Amino acid sequence: MDLSLIIMQLLSGIALGAVLVITALGLTIVFGMLGVVNFAHGALFMIGAYAGLYLASLTGSFWWGLLLAPILIGAFGMLIEFVLIRRLYGRSIDDPLLLTFGLSYILVEGVRIVFGSDGIPFPTPPQLIGVLDLGIGFFPRYRLFVIMLVAVVLLVLWLTLEKTRVGLIVRAGARDPTIMQVLGVDIGRVWLAIFGLGVGLAALGGVLAGPMRSVNPEMGSLVLAEAFVVTVIGGLGSIVGAVVAGLMVGISISMVALFAPEMATIVMFALMAVVLLIRPQGLFGVRGRTA
Amino acid sequence: MAETALLEIEDLHAWYGASHILHGIALHVNEGEVVALVGRNGAGKTTTLRAMMGLMPKATGRVSFAGRELLPLRAHQRFHLGLAYVPEERRIVPGLSVRENLRLGLVAAGSEIEERAAIDEIAETFPRLKERLDQEGVTLSGGEQQMLAIARALIAKPKMILLDEPSEGIMPVLVEEMGVLFRRLRDEGKTLLLVEQNVEWALRLADRAVIMDQGEVVHQSSAAALLADKDIQERYCAV
Repeated sequence: MDLSLIIMQLLSGIALGAVLVITALGLTIVFGMLGVVNFAHGALFMIGAYAGLYLASLTGSFWWGLLLAPILIGAFGMLIEFVLIRRLYGRSIDDPLLLTFGLSYILVEGVRIVFGSDGIPFPTPPQLIGVLDLGIGFFPRYRLFVIMLVAVVLLVLWLTLEKTRVGLIVRAGARDPTIMQVLGVDIGRVWLAIFGLGVGLAALGGVLAGPMRSVNPEMGSLVLAEAFVVTVIGGLGSIVGAVVAGLMVGISISMVALFAPEMATIVMFALMAVVLLIRPQGLFGVRGRTA
Repeated sequence: MAETALLEIEDLHAWYGASHILHGIALHVNEGEVVALVGRNGAGKTTTLRAMMGLMPKATGRVSFAGRELLPLRAHQRFHLGLAYVPEERRIVPGLSVRENLRLGLVAAGSEIEERAAIDEIAETFPRLKERLDQEGVTLSGGEQQMLAIARALIAKPKMILLDEPSEGIMPVLVEEMGVLFRRLRDEGKTLLLVEQNVEWALRLADRAVIMDQGEVVHQSSAAALLADKDIQERYCAV
């Protein structure tokens, strides 16, 4: 087995991990700032994929779908926060968990009624069909695009959090919402925006994953499990954790697939078990955090 | 000193769940005045401040500030009327530098352009903070954290500042520094409501004193009169 093959497989793992990172990031941001475990995150990922597909066919361009689906589904997420989740703040963590769990069933069944149970192929945009010669091997253009787009999204998120005033409000609001109210910030609006961002990221993950898997009403359930594994490994609520763990899981799956394909699907759970045994709060989590 | 009441509280009740903490208190603070709110632990002083800031789950009665009713307003809206609050726990936000904690005082108030100038200005007033602007806020000493909390409350130039036990657990030299600062704020025309366990210190700073006991206001007088009246101090403030 030569080195170039391993490098190509590593790249595949990063592409896989990139979608995981984006999806898990939405989950972990919402948990870290709002204390809400969003069980509808996978369903919203799936809705994002359908929305991307629908908008792409409506406008005739994948790019419009990629841009508009996260915005529209993010706005839908804000509606969910405003109408449903908001009433449950300050209650036990189970309440929003059960609510979003129920919501995920409604969303999945709704899509099944409208679009049917069968998988729908999500065409790769024509500009990104085919492979690119990297010198050491050929790599799908679309996957390379996914890696780059996720890198840009992460950079924009990081700059916004660290360098802007909105980012300062969000960082401080996550630690101490009460003092932010005392200092004149309407923290309810911050939470609304954060929930919208989290859901928008799920939808972006869904659109990006579309051309790599087939789009069907069930696609969210596996993604939800994967996103939870990533957030648990990285530490619930930790943004850096989601990025590192997402890439780690993607690369592990990809590498194991190279040597023992039948083990690929269980490797992430094994990784989670090891992390939970050695460091129960996750790689970047804070011990004993109460939401 | 102007005789118009900036803050007027009438029949204020407040509850934590089923426990009724404030039993219809009434007090006022005139514009430009420093009022010391004293009394034993559990008298309801902190609850009074929290009710004013909209941080109590349930409060009824009338609290008017600068001509506006406060109780129907949400917590963040009260800040915009010019009301600042320095809580007892100081609440310096972990993970943020001293400078970022100061910026928090302005995120809802001024523009980003004004921010730098305001931080420079406040740093002049608080030389101890000026040297430590890039240090993480929670690594400061207790007294410095208190100074930071006060600076953060002052930076948006509020009309009135509510301070909850600012001298608690702080080195005497810093308590003295704080006293100088409060006098200066008074001279600048700021209105202060000072909750304190350090009764003598508070009374020396204040114009007027209000004593609370078991959720009620039990005594009001000039600060000088209370300072001289050891009996009343003994009855309501002795630990």
